[in-house]
Amino acid sequence: MNEVIKVGMADLNVVTPPDTIRTSGLGSCVGVILYDEVTLISGMAHVMLPSSALCKQATPNPAKYADTAIPALIKKLESKGAKIFSLKAKLAGGAQMFSFSTGNDMMRIGPRNVEAVKEKLNELRIPILAEDVGGKSGRTIEFNPLSKKLQIRTVNQGTKEI
Amino acid sequence: MDFLHKLRPYHLDVLKEIGNIGAAHAATALSELLNKQIDMSVPDVRLVSFQDLPEQVGGADTEVAAIFLRVEGEAPGSMFFISKIEDMEQLVRHLTKNKSFQLKQPPYDELGLSAFQEVGNILAGSYLSSFSDFTKLMLQPSVPGFSVDMTGAILSYGLIPLSEVGDYAIVIDTEIRELNREKAHVSGHFFYLPDPDSFEVIFAALGVETNE
Repeated sequence: MNEVIKVGMADLNVVTPPDTIRTSGLGSCVGVILYDEVTLISGMAHVMLPSSALCKQATPNPAKYADTAIPALIKKLESKGAKIFSLKAKLAGGAQMFSFSTGNDMMRIGPRNVEAVKEKLNELRIPILAEDVGGKSGRTIEFNPLSKKLQIRTVNQGTKEI
Repeated sequence: MDFLHKLRPYHLDVLKEIGNIGAAHAATALSELLNKQIDMSVPDVRLVSFQDLPEQVGGADTEVAAIFLRVEGEAPGSMFFISKIEDMEQLVRHLTKNKSFQLKQPPYDELGLSAFQEVGNILAGSYLSSFSDFTKLMLQPSVPGFSVDMTGAILSYGLIPLSEVGDYAIVIDTEIRELNREKAHVSGHFFYLPDPDSFEVIFAALGVETNE
């Protein structure tokens, strides 16, 4: 039986084939998929905010921030046997759900999340093989470690694979 | 969120009362606009984790029609009016007399969209002005934005200010619906999500103790 592992908002998890991993209703959040090309051990993080420097919380949730979610996900992948040098990344999300005339920084959170995720992946030398970011629509994404494909469903735009 | 540890049941009751007053005015305004009887539920005030919030509104990838606006002023926050796509279509058709208005596939009819936005303006404006009268706090709604999309994608937007301090949101949720439900009926949820720093301001304005 293939299972679908669910990842919630500000959450992360790992998966091994033939199971798949999924997160629903990504808006300005970014779904980051990291997978080991050789062992096919894969993981997904649902990132809400660009930087943990903004954090005003005593015990922060690492999965929430781009700069802490990626290292936390790598650690979890490594504990399952993945190797950092064979990790590849795919991204989706970072939409601007509402447009307002008053340019508030909070409203630009989607693009800022995407930038922060890319910066962190670049710093860790993890190549981004595919991405579907920006736009104005929410996404539901599901990654299949066997095919290494990320399926993306968007309201009114159907489903595609990257 | 330190504040959450100080939260007592009577604090939730105060927030419930705010939801009650606000939604009652919003329901009256909608009732006048549509010339129909509108009923509202007793507000539900709850502390929910981000993970659970979209599930409580029918699932993170359920498609809904939503109006979102920021509350600006002394107690900032986010406000949503979320309803089923069909219900919002009914409402706009009723207002514009355009029977073919639809929200299932863009492009949407411009006039219908501005009616949709105007509904948001009226609902939020009446909710906030009564809230403002009650608390004597200065509050103004921003111009509403609208979206037809997945619940999770829409709600996460309003959670951003809260997400900087914790993983929980205090949600003031009121359901409003048309009384005569045999034919076309309209129903939706009103969510008010005060920003973290706004709680102390709201309680202070109402003379409710938060430091004990």
